[in-house]
Amino acid sequence: MSDIKKIKDDYIDKLNTENNIDKVNNIKSELFGKNGIISNEFKKLGSVTVEERKKLASDLNNIKDELQNKISTKIQEIETKEINLKLEKEKIDVTLPERDIEIGKIHPVSQVIDEISSIFSEIGFSVEEGPDVENEYNNFTALNTPDNHPARDMHDTFYLDNTKELLLRTHTSPVQVRTMLKGKPPFKIIAPGRTYRSDSDQTHAPMFHQVEGLHIDKNINMGHLKGCLNYFIKEFFEVDKIKMRFRPSHFPFTEPSAEVDIGYEIKNGKIVIGEGNKWLEILGCGMVHPNVLKNVKVNPSKYQGYAFGIGIDRLGMLKYGINDLRAFFETDYRWLSHFGFDPLDVPSNYRGLSR
Amino acid sequence: MKFTVDWLKNHFDTKFNNNQIIDKLTNIGLEVESFESSTSELDTFIVAKIINAKTHPNADRLKLCDVDIGGDKTIEVVCGAPNAKNGLLTVYAPPGSIIPKNQMKLSVSKIRGVTSYGMLCSESELLLSNESDGIIELKNNKYANKIGEKYFKNTSEKVIDLSITPNRPDCLGVRGIARDLSAAGAGKLKINKKSNLKYRGNQNINVTIKKEKVQGCTTFGSCLIKGVTNKESPKWLKDKIKSLGQKPISAIVDITNYVMFDLNRPLHAYDADKIDNEIIVRSSSKGESFEALDNKKYILENDMCVISDRSGVLGLGGIIGGTRSGTEYSTKNILLESAYFLPRSIRKTSKQLNIDTDAKFRFERGVDPLSIEEGLIKASELIKQICGGEISNLDLKKIENYKKTIINFDPSLFEKTTGFNLENKELIKILEKLGFDVSKNKKILKLVVPSWRPDITQSIDIVEEIVRIKGYEHINTLEPIKTRLKPTLNYYQKLFHFLQRSVASKGYLETVTWSFTDSKINQLFKENDKEIPIVNPISSDLNVLRNSIFPNLIFYLKKNLDRGFKDISLFEIGPAFKGKNPGDQLTVIGAVRAGKVSRLSWNDKERIVDTFDVKKDVIQSLYEAGINKDDIIIDDRTPSYYHPGKSGGVYQNKNEKNAVAYFGEIHPNIIKKLDIKTEGLVIFEICLDYIKESKQKIKDLKSEYKFSDFQKSERDFAFIINKNFKSQELVNIIKSVDNKLIKSVRVFDVFEGENIPEGKKSIAVNVIIQSEEKTLNENDLDNINKLIISSVESKSGAKIRS
Repeated sequence: MSDIKKIKDDYIDKLNTENNIDKVNNIKSELFGKNGIISNEFKKLGSVTVEERKKLASDLNNIKDELQNKISTKIQEIETKEINLKLEKEKIDVTLPERDIEIGKIHPVSQVIDEISSIFSEIGFSVEEGPDVENEYNNFTALNTPDNHPARDMHDTFYLDNTKELLLRTHTSPVQVRTMLKGKPPFKIIAPGRTYRSDSDQTHAPMFHQVEGLHIDKNINMGHLKGCLNYFIKEFFEVDKIKMRFRPSHFPFTEPSAEVDIGYEIKNGKIVIGEGNKWLEILGCGMVHPNVLKNVKVNPSKYQGYAFGIGIDRLGMLKYGINDLRAFFETDYRWLSHFGFDPLDVPSNYRGLSR
Repeated sequence: MKFTVDWLKNHFDTKFNNNQIIDKLTNIGLEVESFESSTSELDTFIVAKIINAKTHPNADRLKLCDVDIGGDKTIEVVCGAPNAKNGLLTVYAPPGSIIPKNQMKLSVSKIRGVTSYGMLCSESELLLSNESDGIIELKNNKYANKIGEKYFKNTSEKVIDLSITPNRPDCLGVRGIARDLSAAGAGKLKINKKSNLKYRGNQNINVTIKKEKVQGCTTFGSCLIKGVTNKESPKWLKDKIKSLGQKPISAIVDITNYVMFDLNRPLHAYDADKIDNEIIVRSSSKGESFEALDNKKYILENDMCVISDRSGVLGLGGIIGGTRSGTEYSTKNILLESAYFLPRSIRKTSKQLNIDTDAKFRFERGVDPLSIEEGLIKASELIKQICGGEISNLDLKKIENYKKTIINFDPSLFEKTTGFNLENKELIKILEKLGFDVSKNKKILKLVVPSWRPDITQSIDIVEEIVRIKGYEHINTLEPIKTRLKPTLNYYQKLFHFLQRSVASKGYLETVTWSFTDSKINQLFKENDKEIPIVNPISSDLNVLRNSIFPNLIFYLKKNLDRGFKDISLFEIGPAFKGKNPGDQLTVIGAVRAGKVSRLSWNDKERIVDTFDVKKDVIQSLYEAGINKDDIIIDDRTPSYYHPGKSGGVYQNKNEKNAVAYFGEIHPNIIKKLDIKTEGLVIFEICLDYIKESKQKIKDLKSEYKFSDFQKSERDFAFIINKNFKSQELVNIIKSVDNKLIKSVRVFDVFEGENIPEGKKSIAVNVIIQSEEKTLNENDLDNINKLIISSVESKSGAKIRS
């Protein structure tokens, strides 16, 4: 028995200094394998007396437990060490650049169109569209602008034929005509889209964007027009108060007609919308002319309402501090990256119009 | 329309100050563009300081001066004055200035080999004194802090510039503006004094207005003024003409212009002695010609209204006079014309000949037909006063009488339109002040429209007049009505929205380019479409409507490559035109991707963008926009601008003519033709109009949720197959073996070459097999494997690799 105790102490010492997992495993089989030292000691139990056996078995079991515990602790210890060592070797420089992020952008014009649609959607307008190529009738005549009307001079028109029958629409107002011709009142629509005029300089582009608005019902008056535009401008510029001025003007297709100015001031070289004592013209509007209603087969003694036309590019320039209109259409990668919007930035009422 | 406040006050008495007048004008619809002093030729002369005066390198008597002209600007001027010295304050004239003494215009010039930007002035050059020995020496205490400011004070009266809308010809005369202002309560319109002009003799040049097929003139009034002395205008008249931004010419011309701007009544003065016997107002015949007062010769078409005598055309009625009968300083006898020309005729003629004059501008919009005599009288009085002479009786020839416009106005229309109420009394007062003749018939107002308001024809025009004068600020701001009549967006509008943002989220920058393009580039992309030329393009390289989005996208891609960008992804969503009629257009997304993926990456291998990059972008975008994955088929039918071997089409139906999308490499010929320098260029396009509208909403489309917990098995197969056999078909063959059990088929390897026979390729696929009813045993799986192999072999001619 004392032999066995001695063996145990030797192995405990061995295990204490051993750091190799394979060697620990060898020790394990040396002790507990089929012909292992401890296994053999247990086999001897059959050849001793009953009294001795009891004592010896108990001692042997204690020794076995002690050694087994020691071995498993040791294995765990070595494994932990090895893992830690491995992890230490695997350390990477996390400040190295990530894989390329591919950043796409939405053009400011598209973003502003979505903002406008979102605002008008809140007050029940739906979106209509019309073709870019129009006939002379829809673009002018139906809109109470006959051929000899000097107002036509204000629209430098691109023509597609020599008889001047086909043209690129000079405003989005022909969508009014199309909408009313194909449906029955009431009408409540906006129509954003491309428009064209054949002048080009620092502040004019041969193509630009407008949004047309039209609300026709039985009792729509100028008060509704004012309320609608006041709501829109406030929402669009995301301000609580807006200084707004309706000024008489003239468009052949509305009567009475108005131009709308908003107040602004220049603060630190930047334009601030809503306050201040300067005025900025931003849109034209009015009550749809009875002649137009007659042209689209709507009875002007039963139905009336308002229409408006807003320059989308200009609104975008004002809101987002863009100075040059022509840059909108020049596809400069730097400009698009700078002024473009994240595609997930979808303007909506609940999430807020802009971030 | 330009005029001074003083001029305005000739026509009405007001207690308003200038700013109040300006505000009022804008509030009643006469928009003030500007209110400032008219520019003077003397504005350019500014106070300056010589910082450093050194001797000219090539001339002892000249000096080279560095001159501080304010605004942090220093300029080099060569100067011959002996008194030019450091620190001297003097007057500087920049290039472009006109020197008062000799009326010479300064330009940048080289003086003895040194460039001089403008000059330093002497008192004599500025007509201040005869002192010409040296340049002006300004007193330090007065001018030291005025460097850069104007030397001459601009004393001219401030000029109001109005932008008059085309419906208001009456406000193209100062009196009309005064009338509007007085109606709006800004003052009281002065009543015209009765003329006590004495007439002597008859106007003895016979005037005839011919009846024409296309009538241009209905009334022609005239008088003869004999024995005038034409001369320079007096100062008051010159100032008025200058305030209009025009140059005084002679008293007679200035007077006719003055009356035109005062009363919106164009007149014309002829040298009566140059008229051959008589005046005939008639239509022109093609080929007639005359030399106009703008010194251009015009060759006329048929049916243009001309004023002629026996020798031919004198001028274009209501547009421009001719040199043959023009007045000069030597003119002794004048025939003064005041006529009514029809707007339509004026507009047509001036458009055809491309002439724009003040008279044309007015007649085109509508001059008061009853102002003919008023104009003759006012001008004759002034001519007599300034140039002397005797005035004949007025001669009035007309072929048509003026017809009054009468409107029966129901005042309730006012509130119905504007939303606010106005007492009848106030409403009538406004109309009367505007010149309407108002009488009452029960509830209806009978209104006679003043002859100077051709724009007013119906009741709604009356509403506008009243609300305009009352002020738009009286209109209430009503809460928006939120009622919705139909959904905001329809299917295709939603699709537009989704696809636009979906493509952008793949790393593409959205751009917006012109709807027109260069026909030479368009040519490469138009396929079978007809070219759609613009008759009057803005420039020759934007001369056709784009048949495709790519001409512009590729053009701007090249520009960005030239800017030094290498990896570029761009897209546009917008119209592509298929014909020149309204509606012949499709809504298309075009996208281009150039350069490399993982360029200069420290951990990934960089590679050139390829067809499968854009295929992923296009397919994923379609999925995201709600197009069902199982509903699309890939085919290799593509337009000719794609690389014939490296491009594909996405179809929603096998036999569909139009693909919903194309993707692939651009044809190498195009890259060569357009000289595009990039490592790789792939493109895709989606045609929104060709996507079939799903009739069901997403809520109806979701199928029953089913899943299987039984064990799934994966099997790999490799087939040797004809090189041209499409992998899509192979996948479909395998799937069709058992649609229920085969959950997915994925191609994971394709190769040709070593160990593969010529004309063949190896395709390896991974198949996932899973039952929804039980765990499959080896036997079941073996059966499926065998079925897969035999189906593929029999249907595709492939052989399984062992």
